[in-house]
Amino acid sequence: MTMTVELQAPAVATPQTASQPRLTRLARPLLGLLLPLSLALAWEFAVRAGWSNGRLVPPPSKVFTTIADLARSGELTRHIVTTLSRVGIGFGFGVAAGTLLGGICGYWGFARRLVDPTIQALRAIPSIAWVPLFILWLGIFETSKVALIAVGVFFPVYLGVTGAILSVDRKIVEVGRVFRLSGPAMIRRILLPAVLPAYVVALRVGLGLGWMFVVAAEFMGASEGLGYLLIDGQQLGKPAQIVAAIVIFAIIGKATDWLLEIATAPLLRWQDSFARQSGAA
Amino acid sequence: MLQLASVSKVYPNGVHALERFSSEIQLGEIIAIIGGSGCGKSTLLRAIAGLDRASAGTVTLDGEAISAPHAKVGIIFQEPRLLPWLTVADNIGFGLSELPTDERRERVACALARVGLADKAKVWPRELSGGQAQRVAIARALVAQPEVLLLDEPFSALDAFTRKDLQDHLLDLWADTRPTLVLVTHDVEEAVVLADRVLVMRPHPGRLFEEITINLSRPRDRNAPLFEQFKRHVLTALDRSLDRTVPDTQGRREPGGGLWW
Ligand SMILES: Nc1ncnc2c1ncn2[C@@H]1O[C@H](COP(=O)(O)OP(=O)(O)O)[C@@H](O)[C@H]1O
Ligand SMILES: [Mg+2]
Repeated sequence: MTMTVELQAPAVATPQTASQPRLTRLARPLLGLLLPLSLALAWEFAVRAGWSNGRLVPPPSKVFTTIADLARSGELTRHIVTTLSRVGIGFGFGVAAGTLLGGICGYWGFARRLVDPTIQALRAIPSIAWVPLFILWLGIFETSKVALIAVGVFFPVYLGVTGAILSVDRKIVEVGRVFRLSGPAMIRRILLPAVLPAYVVALRVGLGLGWMFVVAAEFMGASEGLGYLLIDGQQLGKPAQIVAAIVIFAIIGKATDWLLEIATAPLLRWQDSFARQSGAA
Repeated sequence: MLQLASVSKVYPNGVHALERFSSEIQLGEIIAIIGGSGCGKSTLLRAIAGLDRASAGTVTLDGEAISAPHAKVGIIFQEPRLLPWLTVADNIGFGLSELPTDERRERVACALARVGLADKAKVWPRELSGGQAQRVAIARALVAQPEVLLLDEPFSALDAFTRKDLQDHLLDLWADTRPTLVLVTHDVEEAVVLADRVLVMRPHPGRLFEEITINLSRPRDRNAPLFEQFKRHVLTALDRSLDRTVPDTQGRREPGGGLWW
Protein backbone atom coordinates (compact mmCIF):
# COMPACT_ATOMS: atom_id res chain seq x y z
CA MET A 1 0.00 0.00 0.00
CA THR A 2 1.36 3.31 -1.01
CA MET A 3 -0.94 5.57 0.92
CA THR A 4 0.78 5.25 4.26
CA VAL A 5 3.42 7.85 3.51
CA GLU A 6 0.96 10.67 3.20
CA LEU A 7 -0.57 11.24 6.58
CA GLN A 8 2.46 10.03 8.43
CA ALA A 9 4.11 12.54 10.65
CA PRO A 10 7.72 13.15 9.75
CA ALA A 11 10.26 11.35 11.88
CA VAL A 12 11.99 14.53 12.94
CA ALA A 13 10.05 16.99 15.03
CA THR A 14 9.77 20.48 13.62
CA PRO A 15 12.18 22.86 15.28
CA GLN A 16 9.32 24.94 16.66
CA THR A 17 7.83 22.25 18.85
CA ALA A 18 11.17 20.80 19.75
CA SER A 19 12.60 24.02 21.04
CA GLN A 20 9.48 25.05 22.93
CA PRO A 21 10.62 25.57 26.50
CA ARG A 22 9.13 23.16 28.94
CA LEU A 23 8.40 25.87 31.48
CA THR A 24 6.01 27.87 29.31
CA ARG A 25 4.22 24.70 28.29
CA LEU A 26 3.47 24.00 31.93
CA ALA A 27 3.01 27.57 33.04
CA ARG A 28 0.44 28.56 30.45
CA PRO A 29 -2.44 26.38 31.73
CA LEU A 30 -1.48 27.30 35.28
CA LEU A 31 -1.91 30.97 34.45
CA GLY A 32 -5.45 30.24 33.33
CA LEU A 33 -6.21 28.63 36.69
CA LEU A 34 -5.13 31.69 38.63
CA LEU A 35 -8.38 33.65 38.37
CA PRO A 36 -10.89 30.89 39.24
CA LEU A 37 -8.69 29.62 42.08
CA SER A 38 -8.28 33.02 43.67
CA LEU A 39 -12.01 33.71 43.38
CA ALA A 40 -12.74 30.38 45.07
CA LEU A 41 -10.22 31.08 47.78
CA ALA A 42 -11.63 34.56 48.37
CA TRP A 43 -15.13 33.16 48.71
CA GLU A 44 -13.94 30.45 51.10
CA PHE A 45 -12.25 33.10 53.18
CA ALA A 46 -15.36 35.31 53.12
CA VAL A 47 -17.54 32.50 54.43
CA ARG A 48 -15.00 31.43 57.07
CA ALA A 49 -14.72 35.00 58.25
CA GLY A 50 -18.48 35.09 58.69
CA TRP A 51 -19.10 37.85 56.12
CA SER A 52 -21.61 35.55 54.45
CA ASN A 53 -23.39 32.45 55.66
CA GLY A 54 -22.73 30.73 52.30
CA ARG A 55 -26.12 29.04 52.34
CA LEU A 56 -27.09 29.91 48.75
CA VAL A 57 -23.56 30.02 47.43
CA PRO A 58 -21.69 27.26 49.22
CA PRO A 59 -17.97 27.74 49.84
CA PRO A 60 -15.53 25.52 47.94
CA SER A 61 -14.85 23.34 50.95
CA LYS A 62 -18.56 22.46 51.21
CA VAL A 63 -18.70 21.64 47.51
CA PHE A 64 -15.68 19.41 47.88
CA THR A 65 -17.19 17.62 50.85
CA THR A 66 -20.32 17.02 48.80
CA ILE A 67 -18.30 15.62 45.93
CA ALA A 68 -16.29 13.47 48.31
CA ASP A 69 -19.46 12.10 49.93
CA LEU A 70 -20.98 11.31 46.57
CA ALA A 71 -17.77 9.65 45.49
CA ARG A 72 -17.51 7.57 48.63
CA SER A 73 -21.01 6.19 48.27
CA GLY A 74 -20.25 5.23 44.66
CA GLU A 75 -23.11 7.41 43.51
CA LEU A 76 -20.83 9.85 41.75
CA THR A 77 -19.35 7.17 39.52
CA ARG A 78 -22.82 5.97 38.61
CA HIS A 79 -24.00 9.46 37.68
CA ILE A 80 -20.87 10.22 35.71
CA VAL A 81 -20.95 6.92 33.83
CA THR A 82 -24.62 7.41 32.98
CA THR A 83 -24.11 10.92 31.68
CA LEU A 84 -20.91 10.05 29.85
CA SER A 85 -22.49 7.13 28.07
CA ARG A 86 -25.47 9.25 27.05
CA VAL A 87 -23.17 11.91 25.63
CA GLY A 88 -20.95 9.27 24.06
CA ILE A 89 -23.76 7.43 22.30
CA GLY A 90 -25.56 10.62 21.26
CA PHE A 91 -22.30 12.13 20.04
CA GLY A 92 -21.55 8.96 18.09
CA PHE A 93 -24.89 8.97 16.31
CA GLY A 94 -24.81 12.73 15.72
CA VAL A 95 -21.30 12.62 14.32
CA ALA A 96 -22.06 9.62 12.12
CA ALA A 97 -25.20 11.20 10.67
CA GLY A 98 -23.65 14.66 10.34
CA THR A 99 -20.53 13.33 8.67
CA LEU A 100 -22.41 11.09 6.27
CA LEU A 101 -25.02 13.62 5.22
CA GLY A 102 -22.54 16.48 5.28
CA GLY A 103 -20.12 14.50 3.15
CA ILE A 104 -22.77 13.58 0.62
CA CYS A 105 -24.20 17.09 0.42
CA GLY A 106 -20.79 18.70 0.27
CA TYR A 107 -19.48 16.45 -2.48
CA TRP A 108 -22.58 16.02 -4.57
CA GLY A 109 -24.36 19.16 -5.68
CA PHE A 110 -27.60 17.42 -6.54
CA ALA A 111 -27.96 15.97 -3.04
CA ARG A 112 -27.13 19.36 -1.57
CA ARG A 113 -29.86 21.11 -3.54
CA LEU A 114 -32.26 18.34 -2.61
CA VAL A 115 -31.55 17.94 1.10
CA ASP A 116 -29.78 21.02 2.38
CA PRO A 117 -32.80 23.39 2.38
CA THR A 118 -34.72 20.94 4.58
CA ILE A 119 -31.82 20.56 7.00
CA GLN A 120 -31.38 24.32 7.16
CA ALA A 121 -35.09 24.70 7.93
CA LEU A 122 -34.90 22.08 10.67
CA ARG A 123 -31.85 23.82 12.06
CA ALA A 124 -33.90 26.95 12.59
CA ILE A 125 -35.96 25.06 15.18
CA PRO A 126 -34.46 25.40 18.66
CA SER A 127 -33.51 21.82 19.34
CA ILE A 128 -35.06 21.80 22.80
CA ALA A 129 -38.40 22.23 21.08
CA TRP A 130 -38.10 18.62 19.96
CA VAL A 131 -38.23 17.37 23.55
CA PRO A 132 -42.00 16.85 23.86
CA LEU A 133 -42.14 15.13 20.50
CA PHE A 134 -39.21 12.88 21.31
CA ILE A 135 -40.80 11.90 24.58
CA LEU A 136 -44.04 11.05 22.80
CA TRP A 137 -42.26 9.10 20.10
CA LEU A 138 -39.45 7.47 21.98
CA GLY A 139 -40.61 7.39 25.57
CA ILE A 140 -39.13 9.04 28.61
CA PHE A 141 -36.11 6.75 28.93
CA GLU A 142 -32.75 6.53 27.25
CA THR A 143 -33.77 6.60 23.59
CA SER A 144 -35.30 10.05 23.66
CA LYS A 145 -32.36 11.44 25.61
CA VAL A 146 -29.79 10.03 23.24
CA ALA A 147 -31.86 11.24 20.28
CA LEU A 148 -31.93 14.78 21.64
CA ILE A 149 -28.16 14.80 22.15
CA ALA A 150 -27.61 13.35 18.69
CA VAL A 151 -29.76 16.11 17.18
CA GLY A 152 -27.70 18.72 19.00
CA VAL A 153 -24.45 17.21 17.77
CA PHE A 154 -25.69 16.62 14.23
CA PHE A 155 -26.09 20.22 13.09
CA PRO A 156 -22.65 21.64 13.80
CA VAL A 157 -21.02 18.52 12.38
CA TYR A 158 -23.18 18.60 9.25
CA LEU A 159 -22.56 22.31 8.71
CA GLY A 160 -18.86 21.93 9.38
CA VAL A 161 -18.45 19.09 6.92
CA THR A 162 -20.44 20.66 4.06
CA GLY A 163 -18.80 24.02 4.61
CA ALA A 164 -15.35 22.47 4.71
CA ILE A 165 -15.86 20.48 1.53
CA LEU A 166 -17.30 23.46 -0.32
CA SER A 167 -14.41 25.67 0.67
CA VAL A 168 -11.66 23.28 -0.39
CA ASP A 169 -9.33 25.31 -2.57
CA ARG A 170 -10.09 24.67 -6.23
CA LYS A 171 -6.42 25.20 -6.97
CA ILE A 172 -5.45 22.28 -4.76
CA VAL A 173 -8.10 20.08 -6.35
CA GLU A 174 -6.56 20.97 -9.69
CA VAL A 175 -3.26 19.52 -8.50
CA GLY A 176 -5.10 16.24 -8.02
CA ARG A 177 -6.53 16.54 -11.52
CA VAL A 178 -3.12 17.21 -13.04
CA PHE A 179 -1.90 13.97 -11.49
CA ARG A 180 -4.99 12.23 -12.80
CA LEU A 181 -6.36 11.02 -9.49
CA SER A 182 -9.46 8.86 -9.70
CA GLY A 183 -12.57 9.93 -7.78
CA PRO A 184 -11.81 7.85 -4.68
CA ALA A 185 -8.15 8.85 -4.75
CA MET A 186 -9.16 12.49 -5.02
CA ILE A 187 -11.33 12.08 -1.94
CA ARG A 188 -8.68 10.21 0.03
CA ARG A 189 -5.62 12.18 -0.95
CA ILE A 190 -6.98 15.70 -1.45
CA LEU A 191 -10.45 16.25 0.00
CA LEU A 192 -10.10 14.35 3.28
CA PRO A 193 -6.85 15.95 4.39
CA ALA A 194 -8.08 19.35 3.23
CA VAL A 195 -11.28 19.21 5.29
CA LEU A 196 -9.68 17.63 8.35
CA PRO A 197 -8.93 20.85 10.28
CA ALA A 198 -12.47 22.16 9.83
CA TYR A 199 -13.82 18.72 10.68
CA VAL A 200 -11.97 18.64 13.98
CA VAL A 201 -13.38 22.04 14.85
CA ALA A 202 -16.85 20.79 13.94
CA LEU A 203 -16.39 17.75 16.17
CA ARG A 204 -15.36 19.92 19.08
CA VAL A 205 -18.32 22.25 18.60
CA GLY A 206 -20.53 19.17 18.33
CA LEU A 207 -19.14 17.74 21.53
CA GLY A 208 -19.76 21.04 23.31
CA LEU A 209 -23.37 20.98 22.16
CA GLY A 210 -23.61 17.34 23.21
CA TRP A 211 -22.75 18.39 26.76
CA MET A 212 -25.28 21.20 26.60
CA PHE A 213 -28.01 18.88 25.41
CA VAL A 214 -27.32 16.14 27.92
CA VAL A 215 -28.33 18.57 30.64
CA ALA A 216 -31.56 19.35 28.83
CA ALA A 217 -32.12 15.64 28.26
CA GLU A 218 -31.54 14.78 31.89
CA PHE A 219 -33.90 17.55 32.98
CA MET A 220 -36.70 15.67 31.27
CA GLY A 221 -37.15 13.08 33.96
CA ALA A 222 -34.01 11.15 34.73
CA SER A 223 -33.27 9.04 37.77
CA GLU A 224 -29.53 9.25 37.39
CA GLY A 225 -26.89 11.31 35.70
CA LEU A 226 -25.26 14.63 36.48
CA GLY A 227 -28.30 16.51 35.19
CA TYR A 228 -30.39 14.56 37.66
CA LEU A 229 -28.06 15.72 40.43
CA LEU A 230 -28.79 19.31 39.41
CA ILE A 231 -32.58 18.86 39.50
CA ASP A 232 -32.40 16.84 42.68
CA GLY A 233 -30.29 19.52 44.32
CA GLN A 234 -32.79 22.18 43.31
CA GLN A 235 -35.82 20.24 44.52
CA LEU A 236 -34.26 19.31 47.86
CA GLY A 237 -32.63 22.73 48.34
CA LYS A 238 -29.03 21.51 48.26
CA PRO A 239 -27.04 24.24 46.50
CA ALA A 240 -23.76 22.47 47.28
CA GLN A 241 -24.92 19.47 45.26
CA ILE A 242 -25.88 21.74 42.34
CA VAL A 243 -22.52 23.46 42.36
CA ALA A 244 -20.79 20.09 42.72
CA ALA A 245 -22.61 18.79 39.63
CA ILE A 246 -21.75 21.98 37.73
CA VAL A 247 -18.09 21.64 38.67
CA ILE A 248 -18.04 18.01 37.55
CA PHE A 249 -19.78 18.93 34.30
CA ALA A 250 -17.13 21.54 33.68
CA ILE A 251 -14.27 19.18 34.46
CA ILE A 252 -15.55 16.27 32.38
CA GLY A 253 -16.68 18.49 29.53
CA LYS A 254 -13.29 20.12 29.35
CA ALA A 255 -11.54 16.76 29.71
CA THR A 256 -13.42 15.19 26.80
CA ASP A 257 -12.74 18.22 24.63
CA TRP A 258 -9.10 18.01 25.57
CA LEU A 259 -9.01 14.30 24.74
CA LEU A 260 -10.49 15.05 21.34
CA GLU A 261 -7.90 17.74 20.79
CA ILE A 262 -5.05 15.44 21.82
CA ALA A 263 -6.37 12.61 19.66
CA THR A 264 -6.57 14.77 16.55
CA ALA A 265 -3.43 16.85 17.09
CA PRO A 266 -1.06 14.44 15.29
CA LEU A 267 -3.23 14.71 12.17
CA LEU A 268 -2.99 18.47 12.12
CA ARG A 269 0.70 18.98 12.80
CA TRP A 270 1.18 20.53 9.38
CA GLN A 271 -1.13 23.40 10.16
CA ASP A 272 0.16 26.91 10.28
CA SER A 273 -2.09 28.11 13.03
CA PHE A 274 -2.00 31.23 15.09
CA ALA A 275 -1.95 29.23 18.31
CA ARG A 276 1.17 27.38 17.22
CA GLN A 277 2.94 30.58 16.29
CA SER A 278 2.15 32.34 19.52
CA GLY A 279 3.09 29.17 21.35
CA ALA A 280 6.49 29.12 19.73
CA ALA A 281 7.13 32.76 20.44
CA MET B 1 5.68 16.91 -31.03
CA LEU B 2 2.97 19.14 -29.62
CA GLN B 3 0.51 20.39 -32.18
CA LEU B 4 -2.02 23.13 -31.58
CA ALA B 5 -4.53 23.28 -34.39
CA SER B 6 -6.90 26.25 -34.42
CA VAL B 7 -7.46 26.04 -30.70
CA SER B 8 -10.36 28.29 -29.71
CA LYS B 9 -12.04 28.85 -26.39
CA VAL B 10 -15.28 30.62 -25.64
CA TYR B 11 -16.13 30.64 -21.95
CA PRO B 12 -19.73 29.99 -20.92
CA ASN B 13 -20.07 33.69 -20.08
CA GLY B 14 -19.42 34.52 -23.74
CA VAL B 15 -15.82 35.72 -23.34
CA HIS B 16 -13.85 34.86 -26.44
CA ALA B 17 -10.60 33.99 -24.71
CA LEU B 18 -8.78 32.26 -27.53
CA GLU B 19 -9.29 32.25 -31.28
CA ARG B 20 -7.81 29.81 -33.74
CA PHE B 21 -4.43 29.49 -32.10
CA SER B 22 -2.15 27.27 -34.14
CA SER B 23 1.41 26.30 -33.56
CA GLU B 24 3.68 23.34 -33.78
CA ILE B 25 6.17 22.75 -31.00
CA GLN B 26 9.02 20.26 -31.32
CA LEU B 27 10.15 17.97 -28.54
CA GLY B 28 12.75 19.72 -26.42
CA GLU B 29 11.89 23.19 -27.64
CA ILE B 30 11.46 26.02 -25.18
CA ILE B 31 8.56 28.27 -26.09
CA ALA B 32 7.72 31.49 -24.31
CA ILE B 33 4.23 32.89 -24.65
CA ILE B 34 4.01 36.57 -23.90
CA GLY B 35 1.20 39.08 -24.13
CA GLY B 36 -0.89 41.58 -22.23
CA SER B 37 -3.07 40.34 -19.41
CA GLY B 38 -6.31 38.73 -20.50
CA CYS B 39 -5.06 37.70 -23.91
CA GLY B 40 -5.72 34.02 -23.26
CA LYS B 41 -2.30 32.77 -22.22
CA SER B 42 -3.57 30.81 -19.23
CA THR B 43 -6.53 29.59 -21.24
CA LEU B 44 -4.17 28.21 -23.85
CA LEU B 45 -1.98 26.52 -21.27
CA ARG B 46 -4.96 24.97 -19.51
CA ALA B 47 -6.17 23.60 -22.83
CA ILE B 48 -2.77 22.03 -23.47
CA ALA B 49 -2.76 20.61 -19.95
CA GLY B 50 -6.20 19.12 -20.53
CA LEU B 51 -7.60 20.98 -17.51
CA ASP B 52 -10.17 22.83 -19.63
CA ARG B 53 -11.37 21.68 -23.00
CA ALA B 54 -11.03 23.90 -26.04
CA SER B 55 -14.34 24.91 -27.63
CA ALA B 56 -12.89 24.16 -31.04
CA GLY B 57 -9.63 22.96 -32.47
CA THR B 58 -7.37 20.24 -31.15
CA VAL B 59 -4.28 19.80 -29.06
CA THR B 60 -2.31 16.72 -30.03
CA LEU B 61 0.80 15.33 -28.43
CA ASP B 62 2.66 12.76 -30.53
CA GLY B 63 -0.49 12.24 -32.54
CA GLU B 64 -2.66 11.68 -29.48
CA ALA B 65 -5.46 14.18 -28.88
CA ILE B 66 -5.43 15.75 -25.42
CA SER B 67 -8.78 16.26 -23.76
CA ALA B 68 -7.92 15.47 -20.13
CA PRO B 69 -4.76 15.71 -18.00
CA HIS B 70 -2.12 13.50 -19.52
CA ALA B 71 0.77 11.58 -17.98
CA LYS B 72 3.23 13.16 -20.39
CA VAL B 73 2.16 16.71 -19.61
CA GLY B 74 3.09 18.49 -16.40
CA ILE B 75 2.10 21.98 -15.31
CA ILE B 76 3.46 24.51 -12.87
CA PHE B 77 1.28 27.40 -11.81
CA GLN B 78 2.04 30.87 -10.61
CA GLU B 79 1.55 29.64 -7.03
CA PRO B 80 3.44 26.52 -5.93
CA ARG B 81 0.18 24.79 -4.93
CA LEU B 82 1.94 22.42 -2.56
CA LEU B 83 -0.30 20.27 -0.41
CA PRO B 84 0.15 21.73 3.06
CA TRP B 85 -0.47 18.42 4.82
CA LEU B 86 2.40 16.63 3.09
CA THR B 87 6.07 17.12 3.79
CA VAL B 88 8.22 18.48 1.01
CA ALA B 89 9.36 14.96 0.09
CA ASP B 90 5.82 13.60 0.02
CA ASN B 91 4.71 16.57 -2.08
CA ILE B 92 7.34 15.76 -4.66
CA GLY B 93 6.36 12.10 -4.62
CA PHE B 94 2.66 12.92 -4.91
CA GLY B 95 2.35 11.91 -8.54
CA LEU B 96 4.44 8.76 -8.13
CA SER B 97 2.07 6.82 -5.91
CA GLU B 98 1.93 3.95 -8.36
CA LEU B 99 5.65 3.29 -8.09
CA PRO B 100 7.04 0.90 -5.46
CA THR B 101 8.00 2.76 -2.29
CA ASP B 102 11.74 2.25 -2.73
CA GLU B 103 11.85 3.55 -6.24
CA ARG B 104 9.65 6.48 -5.37
CA ARG B 105 11.82 7.39 -2.41
CA GLU B 106 14.90 7.26 -4.56
CA ARG B 107 13.46 9.43 -7.29
CA VAL B 108 12.17 11.94 -4.75
CA ALA B 109 15.57 12.13 -3.10
CA CYS B 110 17.18 12.66 -6.50
CA ALA B 111 14.73 15.40 -7.41
CA LEU B 112 15.20 17.09 -4.05
CA ALA B 113 18.94 17.09 -4.46
CA ARG B 114 18.58 18.34 -8.00
CA VAL B 115 16.65 21.43 -6.90
CA GLY B 116 19.04 21.96 -4.01
CA LEU B 117 16.60 21.23 -1.22
CA ALA B 118 17.91 17.91 0.06
CA ASP B 119 17.89 19.24 3.62
CA LYS B 120 14.21 20.20 3.41
CA ALA B 121 12.80 16.72 2.76
CA LYS B 122 10.97 16.46 6.09
CA VAL B 123 9.88 20.06 6.31
CA TRP B 124 6.29 21.27 5.93
CA PRO B 125 5.54 23.52 2.95
CA ARG B 126 4.67 26.44 5.23
CA GLU B 127 8.26 26.54 6.40
CA LEU B 128 9.59 27.25 2.90
CA SER B 129 10.29 30.61 1.30
CA GLY B 130 8.46 31.51 -1.90
CA GLY B 131 11.40 30.56 -4.07
CA GLN B 132 11.96 27.27 -2.27
CA ALA B 133 8.28 26.39 -2.55
CA GLN B 134 8.35 27.03 -6.28
CA ARG B 135 11.43 24.83 -6.57
CA VAL B 136 9.51 22.05 -4.88
CA ALA B 137 6.67 22.58 -7.34
CA ILE B 138 9.15 22.31 -10.20
CA ALA B 139 10.61 19.15 -8.70
CA ARG B 140 7.12 17.68 -8.25
CA ALA B 141 6.35 18.28 -11.91
CA LEU B 142 9.71 17.08 -13.22
CA VAL B 143 9.96 13.95 -11.10
CA ALA B 144 7.10 12.51 -13.14
CA GLN B 145 9.38 12.93 -16.20
CA PRO B 146 6.88 14.75 -18.41
CA GLU B 147 7.51 15.17 -22.09
CA VAL B 148 5.91 18.60 -21.99
CA LEU B 149 6.16 20.94 -19.04
CA LEU B 150 3.81 23.90 -19.00
CA LEU B 151 4.62 26.88 -16.79
CA ASP B 152 2.08 29.64 -16.19
CA GLU B 153 3.95 32.73 -15.01
CA PRO B 154 5.89 30.51 -12.59
CA PHE B 155 8.25 33.18 -11.30
CA SER B 156 6.10 36.29 -11.39
CA ALA B 157 5.36 36.22 -7.67
CA LEU B 158 9.05 36.12 -6.77
CA ASP B 159 11.52 38.93 -6.21
CA ALA B 160 13.87 39.83 -9.04
CA PHE B 161 16.90 38.07 -7.60
CA THR B 162 15.10 34.79 -6.87
CA ARG B 163 13.47 34.99 -10.27
CA LYS B 164 16.78 35.19 -12.09
CA ASP B 165 18.14 32.38 -9.97
CA LEU B 166 15.20 30.14 -10.77
CA GLN B 167 15.32 30.96 -14.48
CA ASP B 168 18.90 29.72 -14.64
CA HIS B 169 17.97 26.77 -12.49
CA LEU B 170 15.08 25.86 -14.77
CA LEU B 171 17.42 25.80 -17.77
CA ASP B 172 19.74 23.57 -15.81
CA LEU B 173 16.94 21.13 -15.02
CA TRP B 174 15.67 21.29 -18.57
CA ALA B 175 19.07 20.18 -19.81
CA ASP B 176 18.78 16.93 -17.82
CA THR B 177 16.02 15.37 -19.88
CA ARG B 178 15.20 18.13 -22.39
CA PRO B 179 11.43 18.13 -22.18
CA THR B 180 9.39 20.60 -24.19
CA LEU B 181 8.80 23.74 -22.13
CA VAL B 182 5.91 26.07 -22.75
CA LEU B 183 6.33 29.06 -20.51
CA VAL B 184 3.83 31.87 -20.09
CA THR B 185 5.42 35.05 -18.91
CA HIS B 186 4.95 38.79 -18.95
CA ASP B 187 8.64 39.42 -18.48
CA VAL B 188 10.42 40.14 -21.76
CA GLU B 189 13.85 39.35 -20.37
CA GLU B 190 12.63 36.02 -19.03
CA ALA B 191 11.26 35.14 -22.45
CA VAL B 192 14.47 36.04 -24.23
CA VAL B 193 16.77 34.35 -21.74
CA LEU B 194 14.86 31.06 -21.82
CA ALA B 195 13.10 30.58 -25.10
CA ASP B 196 13.94 29.26 -28.53
CA ARG B 197 10.82 30.93 -29.82
CA VAL B 198 8.67 33.69 -28.36
CA LEU B 199 5.00 33.71 -29.30
CA VAL B 200 3.45 37.13 -28.84
CA MET B 201 -0.31 37.09 -28.30
CA ARG B 202 -2.85 39.87 -28.53
CA PRO B 203 -6.21 40.10 -26.77
CA HIS B 204 -9.92 40.41 -27.67
CA PRO B 205 -10.06 37.69 -28.77
CA GLY B 206 -6.79 36.10 -27.67
CA ARG B 207 -4.76 35.11 -30.70
CA LEU B 208 -1.25 34.70 -31.99
CA PHE B 209 0.23 38.00 -33.12
CA GLU B 210 3.86 37.41 -33.87
CA GLU B 211 6.45 34.73 -33.57
CA ILE B 212 10.08 35.59 -32.85
CA THR B 213 12.86 33.05 -33.03
CA ILE B 214 15.67 33.65 -30.57
CA ASN B 215 18.69 32.04 -32.16
CA LEU B 216 21.14 32.79 -29.39
CA SER B 217 23.34 30.04 -28.06
CA ARG B 218 23.06 29.02 -24.42
CA PRO B 219 24.08 30.00 -21.83
CA ARG B 220 22.90 33.45 -22.77
CA ASP B 221 24.58 36.56 -21.54
CA ARG B 222 21.91 38.98 -20.36
CA ASN B 223 24.25 41.90 -21.02
CA ALA B 224 25.29 41.02 -24.57
CA PRO B 225 24.27 43.55 -27.22
CA LEU B 226 22.53 40.87 -29.25
CA PHE B 227 20.50 39.89 -26.20
CA GLU B 228 19.44 43.53 -25.86
CA GLN B 229 18.47 43.55 -29.50
CA PHE B 230 16.20 40.52 -29.09
CA LYS B 231 14.67 42.07 -26.01
CA ARG B 232 13.89 45.23 -27.96
CA HIS B 233 12.47 43.18 -30.77
CA VAL B 234 10.09 41.32 -28.44
CA LEU B 235 9.18 44.54 -26.68
CA THR B 236 8.32 46.23 -29.96
CA ALA B 237 6.18 43.28 -30.99
CA LEU B 238 4.46 43.42 -27.61
CA ASP B 239 3.75 47.13 -28.02
CA ARG B 240 2.41 46.61 -31.50
CA SER B 241 0.21 43.77 -30.31
CA LEU B 242 -1.47 46.12 -27.86
CA ASP B 243 -1.91 48.86 -30.44
CA ARG B 244 -5.37 48.35 -31.92
CA THR B 245 -4.51 50.21 -35.09
CA VAL B 246 -1.92 47.59 -36.08
CA PRO B 247 -3.58 44.86 -38.14
CA ASP B 248 -3.10 41.13 -37.45
CA THR B 249 -0.42 40.31 -39.97
CA GLN B 250 0.89 37.12 -38.49
CA GLY B 251 -2.45 35.63 -37.60
CA ARG B 252 -3.85 36.11 -41.11
CA ARG B 253 -0.75 35.00 -42.92
CA GLU B 254 -1.15 31.42 -41.79
CA PRO B 255 -4.08 29.79 -43.52
CA GLY B 256 -6.15 27.61 -41.18
CA GLY B 257 -3.52 25.76 -39.15
CA GLY B 258 -4.13 22.34 -40.59
CA LEU B 259 -2.23 22.87 -43.81
CA TRP B 260 0.73 24.26 -42.01
CA TRP B 261 2.35 20.97 -41.20
N1 LIG C 1 -13.11 30.61 -16.08
C1 LIG C 1 -13.35 31.69 -16.84
N2 LIG C 1 -14.62 32.05 -17.10
C2 LIG C 1 -14.87 33.11 -17.89
N3 LIG C 1 -13.94 33.89 -18.43
C3 LIG C 1 -12.66 33.60 -18.21
C4 LIG C 1 -12.30 32.48 -17.39
N4 LIG C 1 -10.95 32.43 -17.33
C5 LIG C 1 -10.50 33.46 -18.08
N5 LIG C 1 -11.53 34.17 -18.60
C6 LIG C 1 -11.42 35.32 -19.50
O1 LIG C 1 -10.73 34.92 -20.64
C7 LIG C 1 -9.80 35.90 -21.03
C8 LIG C 1 -8.40 35.31 -21.07
O2 LIG C 1 -8.03 34.94 -19.75
P1 LIG C 1 -6.64 34.29 -19.40
O3 LIG C 1 -6.40 33.14 -20.29
O4 LIG C 1 -6.62 34.02 -17.95
O5 LIG C 1 -5.64 35.46 -19.75
P2 LIG C 1 -4.10 35.65 -19.38
O6 LIG C 1 -3.63 34.43 -18.69
O7 LIG C 1 -3.45 35.89 -20.70
O8 LIG C 1 -4.03 36.86 -18.54
C9 LIG C 1 -9.93 37.04 -20.05
O9 LIG C 1 -10.74 38.04 -20.63
C10 LIG C 1 -10.61 36.43 -18.87
O10 LIG C 1 -11.44 37.36 -18.25
MG1 LIG D 1 -2.85 34.11 -16.72
